[in-house]
Amino acid sequence: MPVVVKPEKCTGCETCLSSCPFDAIVLKEGKAYINEYCNACMTCMSVCPEGAIIETETGALSAESRQKIEEYKDVLVFAEQKDGKVISVSYELLGAGRRLADELGAKLVAVLFGAGETEAKELVRWGADRVIVCSAPELEKFNDDPYSALLASVIEEQKPSIVLAGATPVGRSFIPRVAAKLRTGLTADCTSLEIDKETRNLLQVRPAFGGNIMATILCPDYRPQMATVRPRVMKKGEYNSDRTGDIVNVGLDNIKSRTKVLEFVKEVSEVSVNLHEADIIVAGGRGIGGEKGYRMLEELAEALGGAVGASRAAVDEGWIPYSRQVGQTGKTVNPKIYIACGISGAVQHLVGMQSSDIIIAINKNPEAPIFNVATYGIVGDLFEILPLLTRKIREVKNL
Amino acid sequence: MNIIVCIKQVPDTAEIRINPETNTLMREGVPSIINPFDLHAIEAALQIKEQKGGKVIVLTMGPPQAETSLREAVSMGVDEAVLLSDRAFAGADTWATSYTLALAIKKLGADIVFCGKQAIDGDTAQVGPETAEFLDIPHISYIRKIEEVKDNYIRVERLMDEGYDVVESSLPVLLTVVRELNQPRLPSLKGKMTAKKAEIKKMGMTDIGADENNLGLKGSPTKVKNIFAPEVKTDREMIDGTPEEQVDGLIKALKGIKCI
Ligand SMILES: Cc1cc2nc3c(=O)[nH]c(=O)nc-3n(C[C@H](O)[C@H](O)[C@H](O)COP(=O)(O)OP(=O)(O)OC[C@H]3O[C@@H](n4cnc5c(N)ncnc54)[C@H](O)[C@@H]3O)c2cc1C
Ligand SMILES: Nc1ncnc2c1ncn2[C@@H]1O[C@H](COP(=O)(O)O)[C@@H](O)[C@H]1O
Repeated sequence: MPVVVKPEKCTGCETCLSSCPFDAIVLKEGKAYINEYCNACMTCMSVCPEGAIIETETGALSAESRQKIEEYKDVLVFAEQKDGKVISVSYELLGAGRRLADELGAKLVAVLFGAGETEAKELVRWGADRVIVCSAPELEKFNDDPYSALLASVIEEQKPSIVLAGATPVGRSFIPRVAAKLRTGLTADCTSLEIDKETRNLLQVRPAFGGNIMATILCPDYRPQMATVRPRVMKKGEYNSDRTGDIVNVGLDNIKSRTKVLEFVKEVSEVSVNLHEADIIVAGGRGIGGEKGYRMLEELAEALGGAVGASRAAVDEGWIPYSRQVGQTGKTVNPKIYIACGISGAVQHLVGMQSSDIIIAINKNPEAPIFNVATYGIVGDLFEILPLLTRKIREVKNL
Repeated sequence: MNIIVCIKQVPDTAEIRINPETNTLMREGVPSIINPFDLHAIEAALQIKEQKGGKVIVLTMGPPQAETSLREAVSMGVDEAVLLSDRAFAGADTWATSYTLALAIKKLGADIVFCGKQAIDGDTAQVGPETAEFLDIPHISYIRKIEEVKDNYIRVERLMDEGYDVVESSLPVLLTVVRELNQPRLPSLKGKMTAKKAEIKKMGMTDIGADENNLGLKGSPTKVKNIFAPEVKTDREMIDGTPEEQVDGLIKALKGIKCI
């Protein structure tokens, strides 16, 4: 355990007990004791009034591994495609990757599987210095085995310091395999990525415990530092149609697959596409009470030209389909305007919509946490507010 | 058929709150539960066993208290429960967790390994695929339906954005499951009796032949640097008055930002 309590200094005041996010400190014979739940987050060290909690030797990195780390330089983005087209999150990652690469004075490399030259050029225009393409037809559809084997071998060859991928069903499924193969760390669902000025390590911020807290994660002693980011969390970079870069083709030699994708069955979900692309989202929670409230949401959304979203409570009640759920276990959205109606603002909901440009909250409880993130707040009954609002918007818009 | 289900004991995150004064988590009185996704994994395993015969083993890596979750699984009808517990495992990230689970699974032997899609405390969804890599077996994530199981073959539906893939694999295989897969059964009275008396098999570092350098905090490539409360907005404007006035105020604001 790198964090320990010095029993001779500990007064048993219990301050550290409640500070620990992992419940890892217990009182033993009147002294604090750090048990196996400890994640070495160091929070307790800063709250202890006696200075009784100290960090033990973490074992400095050997010169040999330090040198190995220094061989890893560039920033690599896995550019996911669907039906031959690079998907939006990949461009967002290039935006983030470009910024990190510039800060490190390194190159930005994109890796593209199952698509060709046209898409590769597009990646260059969105900021990549080099694109590594494998256009083998076996890679057109996502399949874990060949994707993870090939990406791991590209990484071993390119030696990037940082690897970014989308936290999509595809990225979340095969990127962990790559990290396991490479014996390195992977941080899921990062909401912020920065370079530590001093150590040049990647600071990866992500929500934990259902979004109740944020944690900064490091991968100091292994390379590459790998992270996934959800769609719509990062902003796209600059598109430059004159940008040039290298495009390198690689083959799929000797890579076998034990799994086979027989077919893809599309299920109608225009709604969910809609939700990601909507500029305005009118979302409802338990407060909408049922069918009647839902129709009010739809009418307002229609008047504004927006889409309907939902909290999990409204989905669990069966009022709104799951494809419209916003939040930790639903979609992350980033519209210009998010109107939350009858949503309390649980952290699990907030993590999915917090980065909206403008948040309007309508709730009858003035204490509802949704007001903490709102740009405009209305304390009131949505059954009164919504019909009125819809009518006035129609008037203004001459609908 | 030998089926292993990896389960994790987690705090019920819905009940965790931040103490606004100290910016720390308030975990007092927060109950420990079996990770909800893992209940669906247990159910899936039991259904396959009922069809094909064999046995279902639940496996968890955690502190001694995790035994209660194992007993709960036994009460649902699983045959054996294994607790992987050792001081050396403490503080493991997903890499070290998967390494450890994989060694135990190798020792126990499995045709199918089930995991939940993700654990609600960390939400990483990484342990399943990483464990499969350490076992050198294929995996399929987000299983929403099992279409067919044969001695050396499985066909499943994998949930994707905008639809699902039909995927087949040879065995052994590791599957991670989503809620849509099934409805977990409740423990029976008989199950609860069995669970009380059931023997929980314990395994530690030496039992699985682990390399200490790959375990726990020491073996974990990722480290938690610090934790903090999510930030709150401060530039908020409350629109007061009668409903009529409030709506007018909002219309003005919407016009101001050129939304209408
Ligand atoms: C692991 C995990 C993952 C989760 N993932 C998600 C997720 O992805 N998305 C998500 O949304 N939640 C998620 N949740 C659930 C989350 O914790 C909350 O339970 C949920 O968001 C609450 O939804 P709500 O705000 O609609 O309901 P409630 O919390 O019940 O709030 C209803 C609100 O409506 C207001 N209200 C009632 N009537 C009216 C009225 N007439 N006019 C105006 N206001 C009214 C009330 O004041 C109240 O604030 C998750 C939970 C867990 C544990
Ligand atoms: N300590 C653990 N012991 C057993 N299984 C685990 C453990 N941690 C994670 N798992 C399994 O891996 C799944 C995904 O967890 P995670 O990657 O932490 O989101 C869980 O649903 C469990 O099936």
